[in-house]
Amino acid sequence: MTKKESKAAKLDAEGISLKSVSLWQITWRRLFRRKSAIIGMVILGILVLIALTAQWIAPYDPFQVLIGIEPVKQRQAPCIHLLGCPEDQPEHIMGIDGNVRDQFSRLLYGTRLSLVIGLSTVSFAIVIGTVLGALSGYFGGWVDTVIMRVMDVLLAFPSLLLAIAIVTVLGPGLVNALLAIGIVSIPSYARVVRSSVITVREMDFVSATRAMGGNSYEILFKRILPNALTPLIVQGTLGIATAILDAAALSFLGLGAQPPTPEWGSMLGSERNQVFTAPHLVFYPGLAIMLTVLSFNLLGDGLRDALDPRLAHTSG
Amino acid sequence: MMIQYIIRRVLTAIPVLFGILLVTFVLARVIPGDPCRAILGEKATQEVCDRFAEEHGLNKPLATQFLIYMQEIARGDFGRSFRYGMPVTRLLIERLPTTFELSVSALILSMIVGIPLGVISAVKHNSWVDVGTMVWANTGVSMPVFWLGLMLAYVFSLLLRDTPFWLPPSGRVTAGLAAPAFYVVWGWHVPEEGLWLALLQFLSRLHIFNGVVTGNWKLVGDALKHLILPAVALGTIPMALIARMTRSSMLEVLGQDYIRTARAKGLSKIKVVLKHAFRNSLLPLVTVIGLSLGTLLGGAVLTETIFGLSGVGRTLYEAITARDYGIVQAFTVVIAVFFVALNLIVDISYAYLDPRVRLD
Repeated sequence: MTKKESKAAKLDAEGISLKSVSLWQITWRRLFRRKSAIIGMVILGILVLIALTAQWIAPYDPFQVLIGIEPVKQRQAPCIHLLGCPEDQPEHIMGIDGNVRDQFSRLLYGTRLSLVIGLSTVSFAIVIGTVLGALSGYFGGWVDTVIMRVMDVLLAFPSLLLAIAIVTVLGPGLVNALLAIGIVSIPSYARVVRSSVITVREMDFVSATRAMGGNSYEILFKRILPNALTPLIVQGTLGIATAILDAAALSFLGLGAQPPTPEWGSMLGSERNQVFTAPHLVFYPGLAIMLTVLSFNLLGDGLRDALDPRLAHTSG
Repeated sequence: MMIQYIIRRVLTAIPVLFGILLVTFVLARVIPGDPCRAILGEKATQEVCDRFAEEHGLNKPLATQFLIYMQEIARGDFGRSFRYGMPVTRLLIERLPTTFELSVSALILSMIVGIPLGVISAVKHNSWVDVGTMVWANTGVSMPVFWLGLMLAYVFSLLLRDTPFWLPPSGRVTAGLAAPAFYVVWGWHVPEEGLWLALLQFLSRLHIFNGVVTGNWKLVGDALKHLILPAVALGTIPMALIARMTRSSMLEVLGQDYIRTARAKGLSKIKVVLKHAFRNSLLPLVTVIGLSLGTLLGGAVLTETIFGLSGVGRTLYEAITARDYGIVQAFTVVIAVFFVALNLIVDISYAYLDPRVRLD
C-alpha cells in the first residue's frame, strides 16, 4: 500500500473521502443514513408500485356495482377469510361502500389520483412561484414590491379558506380544486426562491458572469437559479404533503373530486355520516391519506437534513 | 429602535389590508351565480331581481360598489346577510365565540403537550421518549383533520358510550342547558345596541368564560366535555409541529458552547435546560405558534363541519356555497385581518426576543 493509499484508507475509515463526490451523491448517501427518510422512501415506493399496477392487483373494477353479482349488502363490513370470515362469502378485505362497490379496489385506484394531485399542484406552484420569486429577487425595486405585496395578500388568508373560495369561483371539480391549491401555495415557493436569489445575486461568480458580458437571462437561469434549487426541493417535497391533505379536504367538503371518482377525500366525505354504522368506510381512506402524506413528510425532512451543509459530517 | 421597527412593520401591513379588502370584494363578486335567485329562489322574476339589486346596491358600477363597501367598513358596518336577513355583525358576534373557544383551546392544548414533549425529547436525545415523540409528531402532522375528528367521535361517542369516558359527538352544550349571560345574572343595565352590547354578547357566548364568572359549573363542565374532541382533532397538527420545532431548536441550543460552560460552572442540568436553553429556543417557537393559528382557522372549517358547531369557519363555507356576499366579505375580512394582526404580533415579539431582527 502506498503512502497515499493508506492515508486515503485512514480518512475513509473516518468517513472522509478523498474522491470528489457531487452534492447529489452526498445527499443520496446521507439520505440513506436516516431511518425516517428510508421509511418514507419505502412507503412512497410501495405507493408508486400500487399506483402503477392498480389495474392488475385490484380484485374488482373500482366503478363496478356488485348488486346482483355477489351476495353482498350495502356498506357491509370487511370480510377477510384469514380472520374467520366464512369461506362461502366473497372476500372484501376493506368492506363494501355505500354504492355496493369493493372499497379495497377503489382505495388502490385512489393511490394514482393522490400522487398525481400532489405532483401536479406542486409542479404548477413551483413553476409560477419560481418565476415570480426570481423576478422579484433579481430585479428588486418596484417589481419586488408589487410581487411580494401580492404574495403577502395571498398569505393573509388561511390557505384552505382561500382554496375554498377559489374553487367556488371556478366551480367544483378536481381540476379546479388542484388549480386552487396550486395558486394558494405559490407564495411559499416565491418567497423561498426570492430569498435564495437575493443571497446569490451579489456573490462573486455572478459578478464575474456579469463582467464577462452575460445577459440577465443567462445570469438568472444558469448561474443563480441552480443555486436556489436545494431549498426548493425540500419545500416542494413537504409541499406535496400539504397539497395532498388540502386536496383531500376540498374533496371531503364536496368541492374537489366528484363521485364516483375513487378519490380518498371524496370517498371519506360521502360516507362521513355513516361513521357510526360503517366506520370502515371512513377509516381506510383516511389511513391511506395519512400514509401518503407521512411518506412525503418523512422524505422532505430527510432531504432537508441531507442537503443542509451545516450538518455535513453528522448522521442520525 | 424598537418603536421604529414597530412603526415600519405596521406601515407595511397597510397595503396588505387594502389588498385583503380588494380580494374579498372581487372574490365575492366573481363567484358565479346570481345572488338574487340563490336567495329568492329560481323562479324570481326579472322585476323582483331588479328591485333586489337596487336594494342591495348591486346595480351600481363595481368601482362605486367597492367605494361604498370601503366606506361602510370604515364605519364598522359590514352590511346584511341576504340569507339570514340580519346584519352580518350580529351573525359574527353569534358565531365568533364558537370558533374562538375552539381554536384557543386547541392551541393551549397543543402548547401544553407539545412544548414539554419537545423539550424532553431534546434533552433525552435518541432515547425511546425521543423516538416515540418523533414518530408520533410525524404521524400527527400527516393526519387529515376531518378523519381524526370522525375517528375520535367513533371511539369516544360510540365505542365508549357506556363508560365514564363517553364524550358527546356534536354541539357546544347539551340542548336545553341553561346558560344565562353573566351580565343578566349580575343584573347589569345594558343598552339596546352598540359596541358595548356587542362586546358583552360576544363574551357571554364564550360558554366556559361565562360559566366561570357566573359560577355556573354545570355549564363549564358540559361545555368542556363538548370541547375536548374538536379541540384534540384541531390541535393535533399544531401540537406535532410545536413538539418538532421545540425539539430541533432545543437541540441546536443545547449543542452550543455556553451551555457547556454553564454545566461546567456546576449549574444543575435542569436549571441549564430551563433557564439557559429553553429561553433561547423560544424564537422559532413563536413563529410556529403564530403560523399554527392560520392552520387552526382553516382546520376550523373542517372541525366545525364534523362536530356540528356553527362557528365562523362553517358559516363562511356555507355562505360561499350559497353566494351570500355579505357574510363572505365580512367573515373573510375579519379572519384575514386577524391573521395579519397575528403575524404582526409574531414579528414584533420576534424583534423583542432577538434584537438582531430589528436591524434588517
